[in-house]
Amino acid sequence: MSVRDAILKRLRERADGALVAPESDFAVVTNRGWSRGERLERFERLLTSVHGEVVHASRDGWTTALAKVLVDKGVRRLTLGRKHPVAVEAREALVGGEVELVDADRDIETWQRELFETVEAGLTSTRGAIAETGSLWLWPTPDEPRLVSLVVPLHIAVLDAEAVEDTLFDVIERHGWATGMPTNALLISGPSKTADIEQTLAYGVHGPRELVVLVRHAEETI
Amino acid sequence: MNVQTFTPREFHRQAHEALASPQIRANFRKAMDGLMIKRRDVFGDWDLEALRELGANIRLRALAKLPDLLEQLEANCEANGIRVHWAEDGEQACRVIRELCEARNARSVIKGKSMVSEEMHLNAHLEAAGIEALESDLGEYLVQLNEQTPSHIIMPAIHLNTDEISGILHDKTGLERTRDVDIMTAAARAQLRERFMAADVGVSGVNFAVAETGTLCLVENEGNGRMTTTVPPVHIAVTGIEKVVEQLRDVPPLYALLTRSATGQHVTTYFNMISSPRQEEEHDGPKEVHLVLVDNGRSRIYQDNELLDTLRCIRCGACMNHCPVYTRVGGHTYGTTYPGPIGSILSPHLMGLEETQDLPTASSLCGACGEVCPVKIPIPDLLVRLRKESVGEGRGNVPGAGVKRTRKEVAAWKGFQWLATHPAAWRSGVAVAGKLRALMPTRLGPWTDYRTAPRPAGTSLHALVKQHQAKKPAREESQ
Repeated sequence: MSVRDAILKRLRERADGALVAPESDFAVVTNRGWSRGERLERFERLLTSVHGEVVHASRDGWTTALAKVLVDKGVRRLTLGRKHPVAVEAREALVGGEVELVDADRDIETWQRELFETVEAGLTSTRGAIAETGSLWLWPTPDEPRLVSLVVPLHIAVLDAEAVEDTLFDVIERHGWATGMPTNALLISGPSKTADIEQTLAYGVHGPRELVVLVRHAEETI
Repeated sequence: MNVQTFTPREFHRQAHEALASPQIRANFRKAMDGLMIKRRDVFGDWDLEALRELGANIRLRALAKLPDLLEQLEANCEANGIRVHWAEDGEQACRVIRELCEARNARSVIKGKSMVSEEMHLNAHLEAAGIEALESDLGEYLVQLNEQTPSHIIMPAIHLNTDEISGILHDKTGLERTRDVDIMTAAARAQLRERFMAADVGVSGVNFAVAETGTLCLVENEGNGRMTTTVPPVHIAVTGIEKVVEQLRDVPPLYALLTRSATGQHVTTYFNMISSPRQEEEHDGPKEVHLVLVDNGRSRIYQDNELLDTLRCIRCGACMNHCPVYTRVGGHTYGTTYPGPIGSILSPHLMGLEETQDLPTASSLCGACGEVCPVKIPIPDLLVRLRKESVGEGRGNVPGAGVKRTRKEVAAWKGFQWLATHPAAWRSGVAVAGKLRALMPTRLGPWTDYRTAPRPAGTSLHALVKQHQAKKPAREESQ
């Protein structure tokens, strides 16, 4: 008998007999009933409490805010995709400027050291955010690969204000994650951090030292 | 700092040494106090009981369907391109991983935090085969540099303070001594970046394996877990067979409980869900993903209705953070991969009661562990059960059951049982004991180290009541 079959057989022929599975009531992780404003406020409060930065911008003028972030942070090399509308708009606004744009949609084997050592920031879109925990959710794509949000010292994520939902449970249910998971689904809630040295918080241990979330608002409220 | 090896057999000696060390006492006290406060505060606006109830029954449901879910997990992982391997014990699991490495000519392995890999001593196994295994979680990295083992399942280097860590980084990596945590963190980041790029294989643990979608979930703050599972060309995830959950919707409640119970965080920086290797059109991520499912005694625990609850654990460490014994003696004292209350109810199954007989007694049964457990494991009851097993009064399905059984003690209890069920003999026995009370020894083993030996009363309660009733019969009747 294979190891697999032996383990499964032991589990199936349980000495104390079959177990009954209890029902689960998920009410405690859903139905928060927050308004749009409450969601945004909570998202921002929690994200900034773990050193994430939030910059508000209008849907039309967000690339100006992006350019300002890049100047403020002294970024000279930025990696980003080429196909996602966020990347397309950013490229239009930044092309010919001070910041060198580095294509992210390349096999990592061809540019690993370049990404690890010379790129100062990565720009990605997001699929949405979670108010309860101040989290972004990303499904990396060939256009915006996984390492763009991980290896660079500064991750800039673009979020649409109306894409903030209440809880992780709500996001998983409403967007039907169970019916088609991507290679990698991510929640990101702040810059990389550790408290492994005597409980003292330090940011930027293996991933980005800084996370800036550019929140785009459809109406001109900014 | 001296490199020490710890073993559960030496629990008492190790406990005495830890208690005599002001450094260890201070490091743990400070950390555990902070963690308890943070946990309490972060659950502030939650209906914690409802959430714990949900967490417990998600885990119970997963265990109730365990064999089916493991098959479903395997089928979905394989369909997604994740190769699934099974291992009876730690040795087999090590061999599976070593063979995967050898088949790919891998010389260096970078590791994300995995307690199962500690449980099976993977690093030593790989090193014996000439494959370097490097820990990348900062705490694990420091502990590895210091040639130690983790002293806490969530915070591996919690036994070290800033000065000690500065010394380790100075001695082992040449970093100038500093008390600046940012400088030390930046140094470790730089040292490990090269290793991520050079690693042939990444090995990680799994927090939740979702049967419904064939998804491996990893919870972390540092980003080393994402690095480990994204940068090297091969990713091997290793996990105990009990980590499976049925559905994706089961994940949010458990994740909510895990981060808050463990470190008092609303959420960790990263929640990394891996469902397949790199696809044709994708540009990064490992080209191969493997999942190693390890039994190592778990299917044995699974047989028993009471012991089964041990397998609900989501490895948050709240039980150790709240344990008055753990806080005082620290994690190494237990001499096991899993210290504290959860370790005391899990380790006997992994290592046998012969090795671990002192662990179920390393508790005052105050109940704190059971009260804070996010999945409501009745840890105190399980400690008592294992105490019974060790004196041979359980059902005997724990390896090494009966190890503490002595003929003298069995005879003593048999004698007591006979006396207590024969009233005439009992009364004359009590009368004799009362008469001979002066002969009662004043030292009764460890019991009298800190207590006065009990002495039988000259007149028994029974006799006193009789005298009392004989004196005042009228008053009794008037009432």
